[in-house]
Amino acid sequence: MIHSLFLINSSGDIFLEKHWKSVVSRSVCDYFFEAQERATEAENVPPVIPTPHHYLLSVYRHKIFFVAVIQTEVPPLFVIEFLHRVVDTFQDYFGVCSEPVIKDNVVVVYEVLEEMLDNGFPLATESNILKELIKPPTILRTVVNTITGSTNVGDQLPTGQLSVVPWRRTGVKYTNNEAYFDVVEEIDAIIDKSGSTITAEIQGVIDACVKLTGMPDLTLSFMNPRLLDDVSFHPCVRFKRWESERILSFIPPDGNFRLLSYHVSAQNLVAIPVYVKHNISFRDSTSLGRFEITVGPKQTMGKTIEGVIVTSQMPKGVLNMSLSPSQGTHTFDPVTKMLSWDVGKINPQKLPSLKGTVSLQAGASRPDENPTINLQFKIQQLAISGLKVNRLDMYGEKYKPFKGIKYMTKAGKFQVRT
Amino acid sequence: MSSNSFAYNEQSGGGEATELGQEATSTISPSGAFGLFSSDLKKNEDLKQMLESNKDSAKLDAMKRIVGMIAKGKNASELFPAVVKNVASKNIEIKKLVYVYLVRYAEEQQDLALLSISTFQRALKDPNQLIRASALRVLSSIRVPIIVPIMMLAIKEAAADLSPYVRKNAAHAIQKLYSLDPEQKEMLIEVIEKLLKDKSILVAGSVVMAFEEVCPDRIDLIHKNYRKLCNLLVDVEEWGQVVIIHMLTRYARTQFVSPWREDDGLEDNEKSFYDSDDEQKEKTDKRKKPYTMDPDHRLLIRNTKPLLQSRNAAVVMAVAQLYWHISPKSEAGIISKSLVRLLRSNREVQYIVLQNIATMSIQRKGMFEPYLKSFYVRSTDPTMIKTLKLEILTNLANEANISTLLREFQTYVKSQDKQFAAATIQTIGRCATNISEVTDTCLSGLVCLLSNRDEIVVAESVVVIKKLLQMQPAQHGEIIKHMAKLLDSITVPVARASILWLIGENCERVPKIAPDVLRKMAKSFTSEDDLVKLQILNLGAKLYLTNSKQTKLLTQYILNLGKYDQNYDIRDRTRFIRQLIVPNEKSGALSKYAKKIFLAQKPAPLLESPFKDRDHFQLGTLSHTLNAKAAGYLELSNWPEVAPDPSVRNVEVIDLAKEWTPAGKAKNENPTKKFYSESEEEEDSSDSSSDSGSESGSESGEEDEEGDSSEDSSEDSSSEPESESGHQSDTENRRAAKRNSKTKGKGDSKDGKKENEKSKTSDSSNAESSSVEESSSDSESESESESESESRKVTKEKEKKAKQDRNRLATDASLLDLDDFNPVSTPVALPTPALSPSLIADLEGLNLSTSSSVISPLRT
Repeated sequence: MIHSLFLINSSGDIFLEKHWKSVVSRSVCDYFFEAQERATEAENVPPVIPTPHHYLLSVYRHKIFFVAVIQTEVPPLFVIEFLHRVVDTFQDYFGVCSEPVIKDNVVVVYEVLEEMLDNGFPLATESNILKELIKPPTILRTVVNTITGSTNVGDQLPTGQLSVVPWRRTGVKYTNNEAYFDVVEEIDAIIDKSGSTITAEIQGVIDACVKLTGMPDLTLSFMNPRLLDDVSFHPCVRFKRWESERILSFIPPDGNFRLLSYHVSAQNLVAIPVYVKHNISFRDSTSLGRFEITVGPKQTMGKTIEGVIVTSQMPKGVLNMSLSPSQGTHTFDPVTKMLSWDVGKINPQKLPSLKGTVSLQAGASRPDENPTINLQFKIQQLAISGLKVNRLDMYGEKYKPFKGIKYMTKAGKFQVRT
Repeated sequence: MSSNSFAYNEQSGGGEATELGQEATSTISPSGAFGLFSSDLKKNEDLKQMLESNKDSAKLDAMKRIVGMIAKGKNASELFPAVVKNVASKNIEIKKLVYVYLVRYAEEQQDLALLSISTFQRALKDPNQLIRASALRVLSSIRVPIIVPIMMLAIKEAAADLSPYVRKNAAHAIQKLYSLDPEQKEMLIEVIEKLLKDKSILVAGSVVMAFEEVCPDRIDLIHKNYRKLCNLLVDVEEWGQVVIIHMLTRYARTQFVSPWREDDGLEDNEKSFYDSDDEQKEKTDKRKKPYTMDPDHRLLIRNTKPLLQSRNAAVVMAVAQLYWHISPKSEAGIISKSLVRLLRSNREVQYIVLQNIATMSIQRKGMFEPYLKSFYVRSTDPTMIKTLKLEILTNLANEANISTLLREFQTYVKSQDKQFAAATIQTIGRCATNISEVTDTCLSGLVCLLSNRDEIVVAESVVVIKKLLQMQPAQHGEIIKHMAKLLDSITVPVARASILWLIGENCERVPKIAPDVLRKMAKSFTSEDDLVKLQILNLGAKLYLTNSKQTKLLTQYILNLGKYDQNYDIRDRTRFIRQLIVPNEKSGALSKYAKKIFLAQKPAPLLESPFKDRDHFQLGTLSHTLNAKAAGYLELSNWPEVAPDPSVRNVEVIDLAKEWTPAGKAKNENPTKKFYSESEEEEDSSDSSSDSGSESGSESGEEDEEGDSSEDSSEDSSSEPESESGHQSDTENRRAAKRNSKTKGKGDSKDGKKENEKSKTSDSSNAESSSVEESSSDSESESESESESESRKVTKEKEKKAKQDRNRLATDASLLDLDDFNPVSTPVALPTPALSPSLIADLEGLNLSTSSSVISPLRT
């Protein structure tokens, strides 16, 4: 299946290569570079590139292209999903996934890749298993290893690999037993000129951090499970139980994992927590335009909106902007024409606004479209859909764990057309 | 690391240092160009010395640096002799890194690689399954043709290994050997056949992968394993699921008859009529003569459904394509929600999923109509995503939603991404042709765009308007006049050519303007683009034929210009037109028909989706994405007219059981007995088991197998660790056995339920279910006897037991009861950390290999 993997940085250097079958010359990447040139922007490089003898499937993350070389028919999503899993694993191992980090840990990277694929077919992709086979590098462990001469490589097959719960390590022990769940909801919306909603939907995830001793069996129930329209589970969740009782029942992996992602049914009206008032005009006669935006809270259920950032891609004809914000800081990059305004918290008594003038290129025609405004924000302790966790129970172990649940709402792809 | 190298350098004097150095100079890779030439040479010398030192830490450092070189693509092949010596190192990390090195370079240095073979052969017999597995992995990965027989032997042995992990690796090795030496195909198929019967979830995905690669046409090997694969599917790891689902899709298309009614969609009102006389779930898929779905077909569709909830996009897509290709059309609707969910994922996933949705949305619009708004374009999407979304929106457009869509398109046209704006205009054109109600609205909208300030937008509009006008040429003189005026300002060649063509076609409708346009064009002829020149020639010819009084001289002037043009196409065209339209003595019969030829009624172009012809590829495949057949693409066959014999899928369970239990264990033992059995008591317990055997009346294959295998496991486990500690191994024994029977009991009851759900046509299912009852009743009696001390055998055992043992057993037995009667499972007992881990692992392996059709308690 997957023949080889090349890691390419943003300046076009191949800084790592790994082959699972016979060696494929790195000149195969020339086809990739060609496509990259044609695409101009990194995110426009096609994920699938055919070459005379191979196919190049790539993902782009953390400014690195992960290019897999394959030779025969294979479902493209299989490869793409796997590459993403590789990136996730690196992130899990090293905290960040960047070129210097990968270069520093090249041996661990190589050992991990070796375990993840055999003959191009995934062998072990669960991070709990991988970490037992190859321990992530930490400072302490490096010191211990140099003194005692022990190694980072486990010499036993992780028991998880053979058990019916392959995602969980065995023999987990903690002095403090804790289970935390974060319910994070994102609002995707498109708001039109007049402020009415064109489309809005809520996507949510429940991320968990479970540090529990032994083999706990958890159940998580909701007050209002009907809200969830479409869900996807971590493999640990028992599907039948969800089907029949709408209860999440699972033996959790050890550590951080995403338990559930869901989509809130479209029938429910989505409360839009912020509004943007805008007045943007580019005038023809003078080469000056007016620019004014105000952000205010709408349906926030009494919570404060934080971390508001407004970004907007200005048309090419814009030379510069002289703006003054009532709060926060703003920047305008005259090269990329990107305006960004870090607002911070919204105080309902004193709405933040950004006003000023836009200077346009003299002689050039007036831009015919007003820019789209992208919004980011955060609301703590609120799940905008109203989803509520009812209770979390543990079976199978005797101790009393500490349980915590946190709610948060964020802007996903939130756009205001002007 | 590199700072250490000097220190190590002094430790061991390298005898061959000079020789090596010379080798090194010749092999330094070009990519190392930035490093100093001499320092590179020295480094390799260092490495060699480090490898020959007797300190593990030095060797490890050297290996790490070598792996670093390999990763960067530098050549490290001259170190081969020094590295290969360390293949037998005791240090597992060094060993692993040597393996990495070997796999990379063995192909280049075949003779030297042979030195390592004996080490692997020894490792293949290692008691640690991880070492056995990795030895097999490396042995099969070094592509040296001479060792093919050794590999074959190793694979055969590994395929019968007790550890499912080793068997999984054997499945992978099959593919490697096949690519190294295709001549081994026949032998390998035998191994595949054997491994296909494996019941471990660990092996299933890998062996199906091997099957797909080596012998995808041997569909007959699947028959007997079909039901097992369907039932195991939920518990197989994600990657295996994808492969199995794709294979089963192909299988289903060859073995079952089509569930699609030919006149699908027309007979909706008849549904209720047929509903009543069919108790099966397939309500809607009947033809004139009632169609009943093969229960195996149904099994596959039912068992894949939960996987739509997978977090893995590849699995979701695989299920989606399965539903698309083999489920009744009325049931395929459930996949759209899951596919739309994937659109929240990364750009690459979106790209593939959108492509597949685009193909689906052409054939079955209704499926995605409710999700129309999910395909609205955001300004932050990459261009390729935008165009795909646009494509889907076009496919979904209909009378009901077109007005909303057109409003949405208006925003897109104004986008700063001009490529996308142009694509939107084409889309509007396609909507206008597909939906006649809005043709006029679209046309006027497009005409408005003609005054847009952006040239690309205008040009695209002109081209689209041209196509639209061609379809209904009668009216629209005004638009043509408007476009004629545009000729002064617009510079994009395609647009200019389009306008000229339009005027030429409609020259009789705009008799005043057309000659004037020709006049202007004659003036600028020499500076025009080739494309425009050709259209000027055409316009001239058409006007000459219809209005020769005004345009005769102009046309001749243009023809003269064309005669000496640089481009031969234009010279050719000029010559051709002159002969055709200008009457002279030589001109033949054709010139009479010149007018008919030039001003013939031309068919309007069809505006079609670029995804129209992709549906002959299986969805979700690489070939579909590329719209070209990729190497190794397996065609999806058409439904057979008559279903092949379904009985081939019936399984004689006994066969399977014998397959995996090593020979010489003919004794028939009740699995529950294992609670008490100790190696010395084998006589005894087998006695009592024969009793219970006759009690239960019917002999079933399933039980046979369990009896055999659990006995096996007990023996194995007792023989292995006995040297270590007598007492411990005893208790381990018991625990392992408990686990065994426990999982079995649970699984059985579950199996039984499944079987009962199924229609009871097949013999095997009957046999199985009976065995289930039996075993469960056994375990019941066990627990009863535990409390009431009724049964003879149990009391006898009891006497031998210490009291604390009994207590523990009692709780265990009750646990087992719970398991049997509670379909919602409690977690399976896992080995306690007090036991030696390798033993646990091995026991665990045994457990799975023998009792595995059942290991699904968790995710079902």
